Formats: sequence, structure tokens, C-alpha cells
Amino acid sequence: MTSVAELTGREPVKRPPESRPPRARVTGDAIRALLIQLIAAGAVIALLVWLGVNTATNLRRQGIASGFDFLGERAGFRISQTLIPYTPDSTFFQAFLVGLTNTLFVAALGILFATIIGFAVGIARLSRNWLLARLGTLYVELIRNIPLLVFLLFLYKAVLAFLPGPRQGYELPLGANLNIRGLFVPRPIAEPGLMMTAIAVLVAIVAAILFYGWADRWRRETGRQLPVGWIAAAILLGIPALVFYATGSPVAFSYPTLQGLNFTGGLDIYPEFLALLIGLSVYTASFIAEVVRGGILAVSRGQREAASALGLRPGTTMRLVIVPQAVRVIIPPMTNQYLNLTKNSSLAVAVGYPDLVSVFSQTVLSLTGQAIEVVAIMMGVYLALSILTSVLMNWFNARVALVER
Amino acid sequence: MARHFVRSEVLAARPAPRRPFDPIGWLSTNLFSSPLNIAATVLSVALIAKLLPPALDWAIFDAVWVGSSREACVGPGVGACWAFVWAKIGQFIHGHYPVGERWRVDLFFVLFAAGLIPMAIPRVPFKRLNAVYLILALPLVSLLLLYGGVFGLRVVPTSQWGGLLVTIIVAAVGIATSIPLGILLALGRRSKMPVIRMLSIAFIEFWRGIPLITVLFMSSVMLPLFLPPGVDFDKLLRALIGIALYASAYMAEAVRGGLQSLPRGQYEAAGSLGLGYWPTMRKVILPQALRVSIPGIVNTAIALLKDTSLVIVIGLFDLLGIIQSNFADSNWASPATPATGYIFAALVYWVMAFAVSRYSLFLERRLDVGRRH
Repeated sequence: MTSVAELTGREPVKRPPESRPPRARVTGDAIRALLIQLIAAGAVIALLVWLGVNTATNLRRQGIASGFDFLGERAGFRISQTLIPYTPDSTFFQAFLVGLTNTLFVAALGILFATIIGFAVGIARLSRNWLLARLGTLYVELIRNIPLLVFLLFLYKAVLAFLPGPRQGYELPLGANLNIRGLFVPRPIAEPGLMMTAIAVLVAIVAAILFYGWADRWRRETGRQLPVGWIAAAILLGIPALVFYATGSPVAFSYPTLQGLNFTGGLDIYPEFLALLIGLSVYTASFIAEVVRGGILAVSRGQREAASALGLRPGTTMRLVIVPQAVRVIIPPMTNQYLNLTKNSSLAVAVGYPDLVSVFSQTVLSLTGQAIEVVAIMMGVYLALSILTSVLMNWFNARVALVER
Repeated sequence: MARHFVRSEVLAARPAPRRPFDPIGWLSTNLFSSPLNIAATVLSVALIAKLLPPALDWAIFDAVWVGSSREACVGPGVGACWAFVWAKIGQFIHGHYPVGERWRVDLFFVLFAAGLIPMAIPRVPFKRLNAVYLILALPLVSLLLLYGGVFGLRVVPTSQWGGLLVTIIVAAVGIATSIPLGILLALGRRSKMPVIRMLSIAFIEFWRGIPLITVLFMSSVMLPLFLPPGVDFDKLLRALIGIALYASAYMAEAVRGGLQSLPRGQYEAAGSLGLGYWPTMRKVILPQALRVSIPGIVNTAIALLKDTSLVIVIGLFDLLGIIQSNFADSNWASPATPATGYIFAALVYWVMAFAVSRYSLFLERRLDVGRRH
């Protein structure tokens, strides 16, 4: 809202004291609005109370316990894949943590892969190469019009379930092996002395930041531009690499080896996880590709032309003109897709990956019968995640938003 | 005095424009213009050469088209088992609906198409009547027709409904109820009354924040607890309620986008004409806002159509559910059966979703949404 004073640039005329603004009077509209709101609030409260009373009655009749005390009890069931220590003797709360970490783990990896594939496909669709652009379009139109669940079940029950046994598995580069038991990859094992490399990484990050600041000042003073990106990359990779070799490469690999009917050693990535990760990444990538394409197209042609008129090179134009403007458009729908991917990871229940929903909605629910608490916990986690994301999002948006007058 | 110029001789003919299709020129600009471009072409060709022949072999050349049992589909080098789909197609469409009563489901599809197709073609008149048929008459008639119990029709409980029928019903009811609910929620979210606004925001953000699976679990395990003892709901109806509430939150956000794109002047103009809140919304704001919201609404509808497949987690047999349950049929169990079934399901969903998205593009162009004011 702009006031008259701002528009005309003049001080508003001071009213003489006798013509004070009239006191706010209660009008018919205001009373009506108040009434409507009271009725709405009353109706919602009445509905909630009614539901609460019904629920309490039902629970009492069926003899179901209520409250979250069960979280401290012994869980007594197995979970096939865990990132944190868990045994059947652990509590339900620990089972909850296992489910939560599994959900976050597959979501984080899914986001990483979906972003990579999505960017590649989105940029391919904008390529001047006719064939590549068509392939990108084909990918997007094919994948995003198929339900994710169909895709996941296809991967899990029709592809991964029919892989050959461990003896005839597909040999992949770097000693990996894909067979019906999953994808076996070499597992890195930390040896003493790796700590030094970790410290070196931190040092390198600090050094790169300091260098960036110094290069910026130097450019302002002398007008000369250093290849900042290359040097920063050299610092970030070089220092840890040097330390790593200097301390004698303190990482060993455990390779999967065939012993009898199965592989031992290495890291077994279970088919359930593999199906979910591939499904989520490939499916979400088709949406991310559209987001990326839309974002780049949203930067008007004139921007590119203006940049080249100023004599910027294509690479520089991309980095300094196109990308910063496209990012502003891309970020909000991109976050939305990340959130969708996280919520879609609950389809794990269909392929048997023990994420939060499948641990809770199936095992815990049938063991405790406490439907309300179980559903409330599941919903609470996803609500918290989505609220957290939108808070971060708003903060980021406020930072990159155009500063408008 | 003005001087006039009158051309006395014909201008020389200009060179002909490039031929409408000039293969060499086209190739050189689109595929081989630069080293990078050539690399992209080679990469694409390699990708196609790697993926296309096996896919074609599987789906067409090595596929089994006719057969009466699994024997036909077992063996090395056998591709898709289309004979399985062909043998089961009746069940895929009708679910476990009694075979003798399947005409009722077919009649429902005909009635549904008779309402939907003329509605979708802009030139066909009587849109208002058509809408009344689709929104009021069709649901009532379909319910009587499919459930039965009147006019001597056998009662078929919803537990026997399935296949494409359930997919279509869940999607259609979900879309039809979530659009009006979504419009109300979107208006509520932009209301000047704080209580209404807060309630709308809470409702929308709650449903948007949770995955559909938890919604379905809630409607199947919690809804019975919420109701007075003794009241029991049909399982299908419970899923429908959950899906409608869930989808309405997404519809609300799609409509809100349209509402936000309208300049304030529209509200002020309506106000200065003396229109109250509802006449302003109905005659001025919504017609414009909904037109802008079409892409968002259609995207939500497509997402809903795809999400109907999730009802299998609460034990309903929609298209995907019925196809999956047939993998267990020992007469047809073969290594090729699951892949064929899932690909067939994917194909059906794909055709429906793709058709809807193309239709929405057509509608957008017709209503000229692309033009920004």
C-alpha cells in the first residue's frame, strides 16, 4: 500500500483537531463476519469433540490401550535392513528410529539421483540436437504418466525378482555383482589414520573459502580475474588427496566374493531398497526435468542477448546471467518435488523396504492395535518434515527473491 | 501537389524459399552442426540401438499372442505373454463382478462416456444439461445400476467391484468432489475472516503434508473408530472419502494460484458495481481464476488418477490390484506373466493420463490461457 504522501511526495495536510476521525462503528457487515466465524469455529470444535467422544467410546469398548507408553516396550520383531543398531529386543521407539532413518536415507539418495537425472533430461530437452531433445521428451512423457506404484512393482516383482542367482549374476565394473539377492558392491573399510584425511577436508574447505574472499578483493583492487573455480577445486581436492596418500591410503575395500551359494564380504544392497531407490529417482526425475526446463525457458531471450551484447562469453553468460535467474524460478517447485519424493518413499510398503510407514502401519499396528497413535506418529513425522521444508523454503525464497521497489 | 507513384512494371521474381523438406539442410542444422552436436547424435543413436531392439523383441516379435494356459508362455526366449492379458481382460475390466451381471458395468461405462465425451467437445450444445446429467443423474443411476437391489437387479456388494471399474469410480468421484471442495478451501484461504482463513490453511497444509498411503490407512483403520459404535462404512466409500479430502487440498492450491493471478482491480471493480461477496466470486473472480487454474487442476486430476492405484494397500482390487492378484493363478503363472501384467497396467494408466494431459493442452490453447495480461 502506498499512501498519498508517498505518491505525491508531500506531507499530508494536518487535520484540524475538531475533525477527528469518526470512532469505528460496529456495522452490520462486521457483526455478520463475526457470527460466521463463530459458527465455523463452533462447528469445527463440535466436530472434533464428537469424533473424540466416539473414539473414546470405541476404544473403551474394544479394550484398546491408549497413550504412547508402548514406545518403551520391547518390540520383538525383526527389521531386515537397519542403519542403526536394532534387535528384536529393542524398544518400539528404536524401531521408530530405524524406520525414520531408513525413510530419510532412501529419500536423501533419491533426491540426489533424481536431481542429477532430472537436470540431464531437462537440459537434453532444450538441446539444439533434434534427436536428443526428442529422447528427453520421450522420457518425460513416458515416465510421468505412469503411476509410481506400477513402476515400483514392475521393478521389484518383474525385473529384480527374475535376476539370475548369485552364481550366474551379472558382473559389473569395480567388482560389483547384480543378482537376485541384490547388488553387491565393494565396501570401504576405514583404517587408522583416516582421521587425518577428514581433518584435511575441513582444512581444505576453510582454505577454499579464504582464497575465494582474497581473490575477490584482489580482483576489485587490480581488475584482474583469476580462474577462481579451478583453483578452488584444486584446493578442495588436492589437499585431502595429498594427505590421503601421505598417510598411506588408509582405506581398504572388502570385495564381494562368491562362496558356495552366496556372496560374502562387500556391501549387499537389497533388491527392496534398490527397487525403491531406482523407482523414486527415475519417476521424480521426470518432474524435475520439467521444472528445470521451465526455469531455463523462463529467463527471457533478451537477457541472453543483452549479456552477449556486453561481451560476456557463453559460459559466463550461463553462470552469471541465466542460472541465477533460472534458480529463482526453479527452487520453489524443486522443493515441492523433493517433498513429494520423500512422501512417495512411503510406497516402500509395496516393495517391503522397512521405511517408517511399512514398519509402523504393518508390524507395529498389528502388534499393538493402537491405530490412532501409530497413524498419528506417521503423520506427525511427515508433517514435521514438510513444515520444516517450507520454513527453509520461505527463508531461501526471501533471500533470492527479486528486491522490488 | 502530391506526387503519386504507380508501379508500371512487374518486380523480378525472388528466389524460391527453401524446400518445405530439405533433408540435408535439416540434418546439418539439427544433428551435425557442431562437434558437441555430433557427439549428442552419436550418443542418442547408441542409446536407441541399445534399448529399442530388445524392447521390440520382448513386446512384439518374441511375444506370445495366443494361448490358453501358461504352457504357451514358458520357455527360453519368450517375450511378453499377451495371451494372459487377453484371457483375463474381462476380469481386468469388471473385477470380481458376477459374470452374468457384467452388462451392468458395461452399461455404466457407456453412460459415463455418453456424459463425458459431449462435455469435452466444445462445439456440442446443452452444456448445462450435460453437467446436470454428469453431476447429479449419473452418480445416482450408476449407484442403483451397479449396486442393485432395485428393479429386480441383484445386489452386488462393493467388495465384488474391481478392476478398471473401481479405478474409474475412485478417480471420477475423487475429481468431481475435490474440485468444488478445493474452490471453497481456496476462497477460504484468501478470506478476510481470520478464523475461516486459519481453518482453511490448517486443513490444506495438513492434507498436503502427509503421504496418501497414510491417508488411506487412516481411512481404513481410524475412520471406524471415529464414528459412533455400530455405524460401519463400506470399505470403498472409506477410501473415497480419504481420497476426496486429500485431493481437495491439492485442488485448493491449484485454484489459489489462479486467484492470486487476478489483479486487485477486478475485486474493486466488482465492489464498485455493488456486488456482494458471492456474486463477485461467482460472476467476476472465479470464471477468470478457474481459467488460469486449468493446468494446475488438470495436473492434480492426473496425479489423482495415478494415485488411485494406491488403494491396493488397503485391500481394494482396482485395475492394478486385480492384475496383480491374477499372477497367483496357477494356470497362468510363468516368468513372463508379472512383467506382462505390469506393462499392461502401465499402458492403460499411460493412455488415460496422456489423453487427459493432451486434452488440457487443447483446452488451454482454446481458452487462450497462454496470453498474459
